[in-house]
Amino acid sequence: MKNCLVVDDSKVIRKVARHILESLDLSVSEAVDGQDALSQCQASPPDVVLLDWNMPVMSGMEFLQALSSARMAARPKIIFCTTENGISHIKAAVEAGADEYVMKPFDRETLESKLSIVGVI
Amino acid sequence: MVRSSVETDSALEGAARILAGLLESRTGQALTEARAWRMETALRPVLRQHGLADIDALVSRLTRKGDAALEQAVVDALLNNESSFFRDFQIFDMIQRQVLPHIRTQRKDRVLRIWSAGCSTGQEAYSLAILLRNKWPEWAGWRIEILATDISAHAVDQARSGIFSQMDVQRGLAVGDLIKWFEPHGDNWQANSHLRRMIDFRQDNLFDPTAPAGTYDLILCRNVLLYFNRERRQAVLNLIARHSHEGSILLMGAGETLIGQGEEFVAHAEFRGGYVRQSPASAPPLGLARRAF
Repeated sequence: MKNCLVVDDSKVIRKVARHILESLDLSVSEAVDGQDALSQCQASPPDVVLLDWNMPVMSGMEFLQALSSARMAARPKIIFCTTENGISHIKAAVEAGADEYVMKPFDRETLESKLSIVGVI
Repeated sequence: MVRSSVETDSALEGAARILAGLLESRTGQALTEARAWRMETALRPVLRQHGLADIDALVSRLTRKGDAALEQAVVDALLNNESSFFRDFQIFDMIQRQVLPHIRTQRKDRVLRIWSAGCSTGQEAYSLAILLRNKWPEWAGWRIEILATDISAHAVDQARSGIFSQMDVQRGLAVGDLIKWFEPHGDNWQANSHLRRMIDFRQDNLFDPTAPAGTYDLILCRNVLLYFNRERRQAVLNLIARHSHEGSILLMGAGETLIGQGEEFVAHAEFRGGYVRQSPASAPPLGLARRAF
């Protein structure tokens, strides 16, 4: 079973995402900020990371930069998942290495579609 | 004026039966049980816009006096316009990897003609345009025509505008394609002019067609025939046959089949779920043709 790491400081968003992802037969782990996510990725890289933009301690963009210089056996696919819906943010995320981008609010069909595009399901 | 004489699902009663008759007489589509169930929800915006209390009041207005605009609004509301970009991704992957390269080797005159029949709000046609644009150097020197037709005036207007909600563009559209081929439009997104000018969107009725002209190399008629009875399905297939040439490729929706329905198209040996137009002389009964695998 493939694993998705949900990185969001909102407990509600993590819960909603977990519910959808588990219904898509993915195992789910959670991180509350970028630093927490980086530690988990280095310990056990997930197949895909669902990544919020604005978080305390370490933001989504800072996480992406740290991830690119981290030594890892396999780089997970990154799906930004954020309320930052402007095209400048979307372009910045893609240039920083995001594979896909989900604009909140999202639903099951949207997440399923994006996970399919990055080849996780 | 609406008549209630059209035969519809016997489970439908009263006002619902009359509205189902309107839909069938205008579009040829039967109101399936699943769609009848959501009739009230689908018609709620129409009721609100016309100050009508409920479906009974709507039917009363329709039967009392001819109101073409209201009838069109009801038909548009009852049609299933659900669509998404790159719906059934494997089909588009096959189009990109196999079907389009195949056509490119066949058409020595460098003309590519595609028909999206039953295009709804346009996502299928835009997905095709994106596929072509993403490989644009390979199509240098080609004349490309994409016709996209649908019975719903409302859906075609929306398709032609190229404007899609945030939710729409997230369903099936890769972020790279969003950045490359769409522009912000308020809270929505609009297909850019490169895409929009590739597609000729037309409101058209498959049973009284005016839009298709000549023949098409690739015809997509997906999730359309399932709403028709056998006789009407055959009529649409006859229309498609008239607008295809030997070697034309027909793609249908997942779960739709032509087996037992006509002789002009046979399952393609390589294009999974695809059918190819035979020359009239060599067309065997479809049941004896090779099965798609």
